[in-house]
Amino acid sequence: MNSMTHTHGGQTLLGMGKGRLRVAVTVVLTGLFLLVPVYAGVAGDSYSLILFGRVLVFALAAVGLNFALGYGGMVSLGHAMYLGLGAYTVAILSHHGVNSGVVHLLAVGAVTAVLAVPVGFIALRTQGIAFIMITLAFAQMLFFVFVGLKQYGGDEGLTIAELSGFGALTANKTALYLSMMVALGLALALLRRVVASRFGLVLRATRINERRVRAVGTSPLGYRLVGYVMSAELCAVAGYFLANLTAFASPAYMAWTVSGELIVMVLLGGTGTLVGPVVGAAVFLLLEEGLKALTDHWMAIMGPVIVLIVLFLKDGLWGLLGDGESGKGGH
Amino acid sequence: MSPELLFIQALNGLQFGVLLFLMAAGLTLVFGIMSFINLAHGSLYMFGAYFAAAAYQATGSFLVSVGAGFCGVFVLGALIDRCGFFVLHRRDHLDQVLATFGVVLFSNEVARMIWGASPIFMELPESMADSISLFGLSYPAYRILIIAVGLVVAVGLYLLIERTRIGMLIRAGASNRSMVAALGVNIGWLNTFIFALGAGLAGLAGAMVGPILSVQPGMGDPILITTLVVIVIGGIGSIRGAFLGALVVGVVDTLGRTVMPFVLRQSLDPETANTVGPALSSLAVYVLMAVILALKPDGLFPVKKR
Repeated sequence: MNSMTHTHGGQTLLGMGKGRLRVAVTVVLTGLFLLVPVYAGVAGDSYSLILFGRVLVFALAAVGLNFALGYGGMVSLGHAMYLGLGAYTVAILSHHGVNSGVVHLLAVGAVTAVLAVPVGFIALRTQGIAFIMITLAFAQMLFFVFVGLKQYGGDEGLTIAELSGFGALTANKTALYLSMMVALGLALALLRRVVASRFGLVLRATRINERRVRAVGTSPLGYRLVGYVMSAELCAVAGYFLANLTAFASPAYMAWTVSGELIVMVLLGGTGTLVGPVVGAAVFLLLEEGLKALTDHWMAIMGPVIVLIVLFLKDGLWGLLGDGESGKGGH
Repeated sequence: MSPELLFIQALNGLQFGVLLFLMAAGLTLVFGIMSFINLAHGSLYMFGAYFAAAAYQATGSFLVSVGAGFCGVFVLGALIDRCGFFVLHRRDHLDQVLATFGVVLFSNEVARMIWGASPIFMELPESMADSISLFGLSYPAYRILIIAVGLVVAVGLYLLIERTRIGMLIRAGASNRSMVAALGVNIGWLNTFIFALGAGLAGLAGAMVGPILSVQPGMGDPILITTLVVIVIGGIGSIRGAFLGALVVGVVDTLGRTVMPFVLRQSLDPETANTVGPALSSLAVYVLMAVILALKPDGLFPVKKR
């Protein structure tokens, strides 16, 4: 069996809908996310909209990564590449005067597929630790490509003058925020169906025991590749939103540390759970924000926190809720 | 591009490759024996450079600074392995990657807190500041020294692993660690020694580049990723693979950065060449990696695991 994959006793495969506690937390979280634009409007605090917008962006990216990592057992340390690619697709199209939001989204999907299919195909030839390193190396490659593209800002990044156009809603922060919530909801609903489908079943089986999947006459490569590309597409859509949120695209979006942070978010929330990565992204980014307010040297605290998360929070925060539902935790 | 320039660039590539080998040797040894992947290897390189810079400022002696880089990080490696990393040996690779990723963030920040964010420059030792004549071409003596040190380390490691008792235990531990432990060898201390040795070599690499690169927080991250490419190409766990992979990657990377823009300028109009040149020149190594993995997924020298 592949030693790097996680098995969480299976109780969280379709975690949502089983436990009341989890439903309650999901409802409360959705409500809180909905309250942010209301608060921003009333208090005139547009920063909170950007902060929680970032949470939604990374939640979507983490949900996407989790599909490859948690369900497919593909530990990609390079998914920030797709986040950055999505952002740059918007920025470059806008730079050349193409402003239609629909065109932007379609282009993000197409460009990502063009990159993710060959990268996935080559990377999936390897397993375990080599897969981690190769995905990291490919992400670094794209990072250097964009650093080298001087006409698109090089390492300074590219400011987006005209955001993705949707008629009267163009550059409306509240509309952007709400569309991110809808996108995240759609992604979760879609993944819930996919995970339960035959395709999802085979994908999860390749994570647990690849040899047996082969033994029953199914070749894992196609399933894995499709899973990898789907996961990349979700990250790229997150990148599309990130570009619109910040009106900026930068190589920093695809720095290798971002890929690492995405995995930490997945693990913090709960690997292989549907909603876990959303919780992970929210807790991680809000913790980061709090530490930044506290000290300039916040990384010196965040680093050890990550180590502690890895060592002691094996099932993630969502996993903790799982204990409550099975009655062990005595909620 | 003249043959002389090409030769100089090939030597530069060799020098970079040798540095990569110093990094890759430790990483691949530790992985081969303990199945432990340590992203903080780049941080050890960074600390090696800082220790060397501090020792050089204190004593003014180049030898002392290199010694400080190697020994300081050797001790640091032994300490962190004994005090914490051994917990990670038993965890899966995802946990190892993430926990050491946390250590990387921590180390970069600690370096920034102690030595500041701005780069520190180390002077070249006087005896090494000149160029020497090599087949009628002048080449910096210091870079020759780096190549020499790397080759000496490679031979030393070969002798250590193939010709000594401890090397025999290392090889035995790589193929069956519980059997070695059952024969009465303290495998825990053996692991710590390997880890510290790998750390020391990373520190040595950091100390050697101090005078030719700027010493700054986060300097270990780029070379870490190139090192990972090296050990994936070479076959994870194989010292021979690490050596060959390092030289190939070093030469391909350096030539890619220097020859590729030149070739592009010859074949394309100057404007296009100037725009795509910088973006494509750093790609050579990754294309090489993709081709090798497409042909040999386990790398050039795959290690057979039982």
